[in-house]
Amino acid sequence: MSFICGVILLMGAVLGLGGCSESSSPSQSGSPEPPILYYYTWSDYVDPEIVASFEASRGVRVVVDTFSSNEELLAKVQAGMTGYDVVVPSDFMAGIMAQLGLLAELDLAQIPHVQDLEPHLTNLPFDPTQRFAIPYLWGTVGIGYNAKVVTEVPTSWEVLWDPQYGGRISMLNDQREVMGLALRALGHSLNSQEPQLIQQAKKKLIAQKPLVKAYTSEQFDQLLVSGEVVLAHAWGGPVARAMRENPSIHYAIPQEGGTIWTDCLAVLASSSKKRLAMDFMNYLLGEEVALLTSKRLLFASANRHVRNQLPPDIRDNIAVYPPQDILSRMEWMEDVHEAIRDYDRAWTELKVH
Amino acid sequence: MRHYSSHVFPLPVSFSFWAAGLFLCLFFLLPLGVVLGVSLASRGLYGGVQWIGTFENYRRLADPMIGVIFVRSILFASLTTLVCAVVGFPLAYMVARASQRWQLVWLTLVMIPFWTNFLVRTYAWVLILRADGLVNSLLLQLGIESEPLPLLFTDLAVGVGLVYGYLPFMVLPLIVAIERIPPQLEEAAYDLYASVGAMFRHVVLPLSKPGFWAGGVLVFIPSLGAFITPYLLGGGQKMMIGTLIQQEFLVSRDWPFGSALSFGLMGTALVLWFVVSRTSLGKDVQ
Repeated sequence: MSFICGVILLMGAVLGLGGCSESSSPSQSGSPEPPILYYYTWSDYVDPEIVASFEASRGVRVVVDTFSSNEELLAKVQAGMTGYDVVVPSDFMAGIMAQLGLLAELDLAQIPHVQDLEPHLTNLPFDPTQRFAIPYLWGTVGIGYNAKVVTEVPTSWEVLWDPQYGGRISMLNDQREVMGLALRALGHSLNSQEPQLIQQAKKKLIAQKPLVKAYTSEQFDQLLVSGEVVLAHAWGGPVARAMRENPSIHYAIPQEGGTIWTDCLAVLASSSKKRLAMDFMNYLLGEEVALLTSKRLLFASANRHVRNQLPPDIRDNIAVYPPQDILSRMEWMEDVHEAIRDYDRAWTELKVH
Repeated sequence: MRHYSSHVFPLPVSFSFWAAGLFLCLFFLLPLGVVLGVSLASRGLYGGVQWIGTFENYRRLADPMIGVIFVRSILFASLTTLVCAVVGFPLAYMVARASQRWQLVWLTLVMIPFWTNFLVRTYAWVLILRADGLVNSLLLQLGIESEPLPLLFTDLAVGVGLVYGYLPFMVLPLIVAIERIPPQLEEAAYDLYASVGAMFRHVVLPLSKPGFWAGGVLVFIPSLGAFITPYLLGGGQKMMIGTLIQQEFLVSRDWPFGSALSFGLMGTALVLWFVVSRTSLGKDVQ
């Protein structure tokens, strides 16, 4: 009998831990030999080989931990998980984190590859002079679709409201992206702060909800490949990877335009290894490593020398490198200040319906 | 000597008392106190906590939108508990009445899935339920369906995931309860011309009540706050208490409201426990 009771207790312990054992938080008091660099990045941004060759060349250890949204990154850093050295916030989040004093000021003399940035990634409003963050990978948000079912190239976001694809549409599980898409479809800026515009966008999304199979930021590429969905509100990179598995997958950026984004490398203000952190940033931004990164992850590199060296199937894939004429229609996401509360509320209401 | 022993004896008692007290304070009261403190504070614009006292977060719990989420979660948890009881009882009876050797085999089989992470096991259900997954391939192959059924990202998928995840918590207490029922009682029932159904209805089921009660609590409470299952198998469609709390902490960064929600969840579980324990199910057990 006591055996069974023990089993029950053990199972409780396993289950309790199972749910939240995703990340081992870095300990703050590491002994200095060999130095350990803590790198906190997006879940699909990790190529073990690239990290390993940095470790070998510098005689250090790099511990990688991952997040799946900007909000999660901010929440965890704010919650006091300050053992990280290098983090990868997107544009607007880099701005917010810098404003909150979470990012260290960079010494650009230690990061010479900052000279190699694509011209359209310099002078961005959230950090015009790369004081706190340097663009690393960039891309767009668009529609991944299965051309066998969706025979016409989608030219408008409205296709995501088309009842004939009901139950075969997925949306990102990202509050700003989804609200931003609805705002663009209504002809407004995706950074709108007026409460009535946010309400309109919410209503439009609630009307769409019966057609939506899932709100997911991690699974949409697999859903596209398996045929579970035929239209996906998507980041370009994962769609490009899905194309390799299923050639009938394509990518389109609607006429109304959408989000252009860049994920930036930054050093946390609380880092105790800023010099090593900046060395790591420079390593990742260098031409050779950046080229390998883009080949592996299928995201566009911020290093302007990379594009021409990529094989044509990557270079000319609009899911990776959007055509130049589309760029003018794209919009950077910005901090919406107090209006974020209206966004929060609208998002929760959408999820209740 | 006499003097000595009279002093030595009370020492272990007070030691175990203080050890237990310290354990409770460190791992129960202290974290709970932090959550309570945060739930009474205000949120900063970008998250974080501003230490300005307010009851606003608890007032927001009265929002009908939150009510819908709580009711939905309670319904899901109740259904999960019911299905676990119905499915779990025959299994528990079989294990409890098996020979010692087979009992070990069955128990090990119930346990083995726990050697794998819960997240991974839940994700396996995604692969089973999706359009080109195991279930749909089978249905198509057998010609039962001509189109893949939409199984993934439905309420059914969430229900299946919850029952799968928590079934062992119902089965194990039931085994313990059924083992305590002397088999002679069943024989006596048969001797008195009871049918198999009547025997279960009048003998085994009533005497298994403590098992149902313990299993029910162990299944109901975690499924009420479940997060991973609705998130992965529900496709982020229908919000539940667990996913709402996760959103408040990681997306909206409203820790004070998230903390108030956590207390609301605990309160709901306590109230329901109190109510059910006064019904016939709970009464004999207490």
